[in-house]
Amino acid sequence: MYDYNNFDESFVRNRVAQFREQVGRRISGALTEDEFKPLRLMNGVYLQLHAYMLRVAIPYGSLNPNQMRQLAMIGERWDKGYGHWTTRQNIQYNWPRLSDIPDMLDALADVGMHAIQTSGNTIRNVTADHFAGAAADEVEDPRPTAELLRQWSTDHPEFQFLPRKFKLAVTGSKADRAVTKAHDIGIRIVKNAAGEIGYQILVGGGLGRTPVVGQVLKDFLPREDLLPYVEAVVSVYNTLGRRDNKYKARIKITTMENGIEAIHDLVEARFAQLRPLFSGVDQEHFANIAADFKAPEFKTASLDGYHAARDADPIFRSWSDTNVDDHRADGYGIVTISMKAHGATPGDASADQMRVLADLAEEFGHGDIRISHEQNVIFPHVHRSDLPAIFAALRAHGMATANAGLISDIIACPGMDYCALATARSIPVAQEIAERFDALKIEHDIGHLQIKISGCINACGHHHLGHIGILGLDRAGVENYQITLGGDAGPDTVIGKRAGPGFAYDQIVPAIERLVHAYLELREDEGETFIDAYRRLGEAPFKAALYPEEDKTNAA
Amino acid sequence: MPRPFSPKVVTANDLIEGDVIYMARNGSWVRDMCMAWLIEDEAEANTQLARATDEPGIAVGPYLADAAAGPTGPIPTHFREAFRATGPSNRFHGKQTQQSAPEAVANV
Repeated sequence: MYDYNNFDESFVRNRVAQFREQVGRRISGALTEDEFKPLRLMNGVYLQLHAYMLRVAIPYGSLNPNQMRQLAMIGERWDKGYGHWTTRQNIQYNWPRLSDIPDMLDALADVGMHAIQTSGNTIRNVTADHFAGAAADEVEDPRPTAELLRQWSTDHPEFQFLPRKFKLAVTGSKADRAVTKAHDIGIRIVKNAAGEIGYQILVGGGLGRTPVVGQVLKDFLPREDLLPYVEAVVSVYNTLGRRDNKYKARIKITTMENGIEAIHDLVEARFAQLRPLFSGVDQEHFANIAADFKAPEFKTASLDGYHAARDADPIFRSWSDTNVDDHRADGYGIVTISMKAHGATPGDASADQMRVLADLAEEFGHGDIRISHEQNVIFPHVHRSDLPAIFAALRAHGMATANAGLISDIIACPGMDYCALATARSIPVAQEIAERFDALKIEHDIGHLQIKISGCINACGHHHLGHIGILGLDRAGVENYQITLGGDAGPDTVIGKRAGPGFAYDQIVPAIERLVHAYLELREDEGETFIDAYRRLGEAPFKAALYPEEDKTNAA
Repeated sequence: MPRPFSPKVVTANDLIEGDVIYMARNGSWVRDMCMAWLIEDEAEANTQLARATDEPGIAVGPYLADAAAGPTGPIPTHFREAFRATGPSNRFHGKQTQQSAPEAVANV
C-alpha cells in the first residue's frame, strides 16, 4: 500500500491546523454560516438532518489494519460507536460535534487519512475496483493509477472551483466492478494489439436526476499521457461546464449539449498544449507508487482443512460459495464480508466490528482491507485454508451473512433517516426487504439479484443500476417509492426503466415480493438470473406482477 | 385568493451539536418540538425568522416549518419534520432517546 511521504503528511497536517482555526472563528462568531459553509465542505463536513456528518476519504477503498482501528477509535470517541461505508468507498460519521471535528481530522492524519475534497465542486475521492490486485481477470492493478490521480487531483489549484463535483473511477478488469461508465471520467486499463498497457478513457457518465452512460472519448491512451489527458478533459469541462444551472452543470450534460466529437476536439487541442508541460517526472513517480503496491508473498498450504470444513458445516459451505470469489493465486480467495446482516443498516460497521476486521486482516489477509462501493468490506487476499477461522470470527460478530450478490445485499443511501437532501427513507426499506426474504428462506434460490435504493433523485444509492431499483420520493407529503427494472452495474452499464406508478411505504415490500415470485415462476431454470429473465421476456410480465389490478382492468 | 397561512415553528440546527432546535415563545432555543412556539400569524412568523437569521452564533439555517397544535405542544405535519423531531428510524439515536420526543409526533 501507499504510505504518506513527508509532503503528504505536512500538507494534511497544515490543512487540519487551518480548519481548526476556521472552526474556532465560526464558533466565536467571526465567520457567518455563509462564509463558513464552503470551508467546511472543502473538509468533508456536512450539516444533515440531526447532526453534522464527517465524510472521510478512503482512496480507492484501500485500508490497512491500523487505519481501520483508528476509524473504530474515532467512531467510539467522537461519534456513536459506528461508521457507515458509502457507495463511493468513503466512511461517514453521522453524529460528530462541530467543535470535535478538528480533533477527528488530526486523528485521521495520524494514520495517513483525511476528509479533503470529499465534498464541494472539486475532484472527489478516486475510486477503484475493490478486487484490485487480486482479481483473476485483471490486466493490471488499478491502484497505482488511482493513487497517481489522487495525488494529482488533491489541492490541484485549477480544479478547486469546478462547475460541479467531479468523480473518477479506475478499473483494471473487463468485469468493471468500479462502475466506470457511471463516472465523470472512467478509466479502464487495457492492453492494445501490440501488448502495451494503456487506458481507455470514458467521459460523461453519471446517475442523479439525468442518468447517462459514459462514452468512449479515447480508445487507447498511452500510459505516459494519462495526467495531461485527464487534465485536458477537466480543463475543457472547467471552461465549458454550465455554472448557470446546478442541474445542468455536470460533465454529462456538457457532453450531451456539445456532442462527444466537439468535446473530443477540444480535449485534443488542450492536450497538445499540456503534454509538453509534463516532463516525465510523473512517470518516474508512478513507478515508485507502483512499487508500493506490489503483491504480497502468497503462501502455499494444504486445503484439506478447508475441504473438511465445507463437508462438515453447511453454513460455512454456503458462505464460502456465496462470499468468496476466485483469486489469481492458487489456493487463494477474495472474501466479501457482508455488512448487510438481515435487518441491519446496509454499510454500518460498529467500532467492535472494525477492530475484529483489522485483527483478521492482519492475521489472515496480508494486512489488506477494501471497502466496496456496494458497502461491504473485502479481504482481497485470503488463503482458503484460513477461511474456516475467518468465518468463525466473523460469525461471532454478526458479519458472516452469506448474501454477497443476493437480494439482501442491497445498496441503500442514508435517505431521510440522515440526509438533508432526501425525499424519503431508504434504510428501513432495505431492512424490511432483507428480513422478508430471509423469513421466506428463498434468498439462495432466487440467486443473483441486485436491489439498489436511493432516497432522492440524486441517486447516491445507484437505483438506476439496480436489477430492481427503488427511488423514494415525497408525493404530496407522503413517502412514495418508484420501481425501475432492468438496470445493471456491469461493464455495459444499463439504466433501468421506470415500471409505473409508485408504491406507498407499506406497499413497497409486498410489491418487490410479487416481482420476485413472478421471476421464480417465469425463469427457464435455476441458472437464469432475474436480469437474464428480464432481458429475455421484457418488462410486460414483471409489470403485470407489480400492478395486478391494472392487469385485470386491461383484460376486462 | 392567497392561501390561508398555516401555523409555523421556527426551526434550525444547533451550531455546535448540529441537533435540531426550535424557537420558544420567549425567543430562546429549545430541543423539544413540543416546547416550540407555534406561530399562527404570518407577519409574526416572518419577524421571528428574521430575528433567528440574525443570530448566527446559535442557529444554523433557520426556516419556518409547518406544524399543528398537539396535546402537549406543536407537532409536525410533514414526515420530514417528524424525523427531525425524533431521530433516525434505523437506530435509537437522537431526540427519541430523550423522554418527551416520541409523544410529540404520536399523531403523525
